[in-house]
Amino acid sequence: MFYREAGQFKTSYAADMAVFPIRQDRIGIAIILALAYLGIPALQNEFLLTSVMIPMLVFSLAAIGLNLLTGYTGLLSLGTGAFMGVGAYACYKLTTLFPGVNIIVWIVASGFVSAFVGVLFGLPSLRIKGFYLAVATLAAQFFLQWCFVRIPWLYNYNASGAIEVPQRTLFGLPVTGANATPETRYLVLLTLVVVLTWFASNIVHGRVGRAWMAVRDMDIAAELMGIRLLPTKLLAFAVSSFYCGVAGAAMMFLWYGGGEANDAFNINQSFTILFMVIIGGLGSLIGSFFGAAFISMLPTILKFGLPAIGIPLSGATAEHLTFLTVGVLIIFFLIVEPHGLARLWQIAKQKLRLWPFPY
Amino acid sequence: MSAIEAPEPPLRLTPTGWTLLGLAGAAILLLLASLTGVIGKGNPLDTVFIDPFRQMKDAPDLLVQTVWEGLVSGVLYALIALGFVLIFKASGVFNFAQGIMVVFAGLTLVGFYEMGVPAFLALILTLGVMFLLAVSVERVVLRPLVNQPDIILFMATFGITYVLIGLGELVFGGNPKQMIADQLMLPKGSIEFPFAGGFVALQKIDIAAALIAALMIAALAFFFQKTRIGRALRAVADSHKAALSVGISLNQIWVIVWFTAGIVALVTGIMWGARSDVSFALQIIALKALPVLILGGFTSVPGAIVGGLIIGIGEKLGEFYWGPLVGGGIESWLAYFIALAFLLFRPQGLFGEKLIERI
Repeated sequence: MFYREAGQFKTSYAADMAVFPIRQDRIGIAIILALAYLGIPALQNEFLLTSVMIPMLVFSLAAIGLNLLTGYTGLLSLGTGAFMGVGAYACYKLTTLFPGVNIIVWIVASGFVSAFVGVLFGLPSLRIKGFYLAVATLAAQFFLQWCFVRIPWLYNYNASGAIEVPQRTLFGLPVTGANATPETRYLVLLTLVVVLTWFASNIVHGRVGRAWMAVRDMDIAAELMGIRLLPTKLLAFAVSSFYCGVAGAAMMFLWYGGGEANDAFNINQSFTILFMVIIGGLGSLIGSFFGAAFISMLPTILKFGLPAIGIPLSGATAEHLTFLTVGVLIIFFLIVEPHGLARLWQIAKQKLRLWPFPY
Repeated sequence: MSAIEAPEPPLRLTPTGWTLLGLAGAAILLLLASLTGVIGKGNPLDTVFIDPFRQMKDAPDLLVQTVWEGLVSGVLYALIALGFVLIFKASGVFNFAQGIMVVFAGLTLVGFYEMGVPAFLALILTLGVMFLLAVSVERVVLRPLVNQPDIILFMATFGITYVLIGLGELVFGGNPKQMIADQLMLPKGSIEFPFAGGFVALQKIDIAAALIAALMIAALAFFFQKTRIGRALRAVADSHKAALSVGISLNQIWVIVWFTAGIVALVTGIMWGARSDVSFALQIIALKALPVLILGGFTSVPGAIVGGLIIGIGEKLGEFYWGPLVGGGIESWLAYFIALAFLLFRPQGLFGEKLIERI
């Protein structure tokens, strides 16, 4: 009834190629942005900000990064956690070496460091494919994780062996460190995510994105059509690692506020982000958000939700049950909708167009 | 895309050949340089390329001990890789759950024994549990997901991993357990014999592990080559469609294959458990089987064994002789780099089928 594009005429190519061609979509995105920027901080709920929104945004960024590589270019990577770690450590080194420069600049710059490392480890992708490549990216995961622990220069020889996030300010307000309020951290992170998502959307809708998808669908055919595999695949690795690096830096500086690599950037983190991408939907940006929201909130929901409906659980049992539930849910979702939550969203929108008079 | 046999090309020097030749030349030059004393002790080149070999020559007993330890861990990696290969060949599923199946089988065995079941009866009961697992995996996961892309099935085995972790911890608790090695008549203690001026100690359990592994591989080879079911398994591995068309039940074959992988997992679990203990930490070590897989090729049983031995020995030698140069702990990633080095020359692994891709 209200979600219908009848009467909206496109009079230019630009309008035809718009990311949101339907006016209701544009209004919807504006409402979501307004809610995210004004509504959620206005609730003044610290739990909502620090345990729900900030993790979700960080994971969304990482999931977008992996989705660009796995969903759009078809290169399976299990080294996401390590690339996030590269971003975090690069940001830490840069901001301690040059404390005068704005932290946001360094968070973005650390993405470029991560992109460089990603390209190095992406080189084998030219020779090897599929699961062979996935296992090869594990080399990146374990090697980089070893570097984070064994090279003390990376964590400035701290006795704790961990990143200790210093306080940095933006417009006079502390955004990192112990004094930063959840609201400021959330708003900075939200802005980063919105801007980077906008970039990603433009990349995948343009020439580069089409080249990636051609490589994904069949790389030999793509090569015959004149797409150069070397630059295309390496660019995918670079952009993907850039996003993961920024996500890692944001995770350390805006969420954790310091921590050790073996906890934050281990192999399980890589797998978690792969879950998000697959549950959300391969080759879909909105799917990355759905997947990140679903997987990052699931433990919280199980932890606080089950006691609320009257199933009391001890700590250890709850943890085991979380594992069990996550496993069952993954299998369930794969069976019900192998194309992820993004496909469910599409189906819902399709149904909405005919509502309330479906034929 | 299809796999067909390629005619063997005539022997001539490819770029790969030239690389190998160059490496060999560099090695000879280095050797000459060190023998003539151009590169003295303490020179970085000497420390990296010559000194470890000098150490090997000076203390051959240490070398033999290291190689033996590498060989034993190589056998265990090979056993895990074997489980992967069996399932990948027959169903094209990259079974990430093989590592946790090893843990689960070991835990079930110990769990039954702790309930008061005699050791050998517990062994049979555990086999029954592994069979149940195989049936339920086929029914619940594989059958609904038939004909889905590889990555979806890969993710589904992740789901199985999580379910098994949750289930195992819920039923048996998360604490490490002692393997019932004595009750299963596995030998204890070690044999020491003098060798080249030193002593080499061989753990009896390691010898038993190597023997049992060899026996099992022989039994599997017999099963695959000589029995009716083995022939059906090989037919399915060659082509699902062709196998279906001659009346082989895919579902039945999958149950058999997963059960076989379960038996392999149980044997691995007993051997590994007897060397240390049965705990969920084993699951991380099982990731070591992945470089073995890419080294040997996903579809080759001999590849899994040779790959396991190469990785095991290479890893131990590298850690012992070169590890101290960079601060140790390189075992975590060295295996992947060894595998990557091989992959650059043979992208399908040492024994993998040569893939010829067509549009």
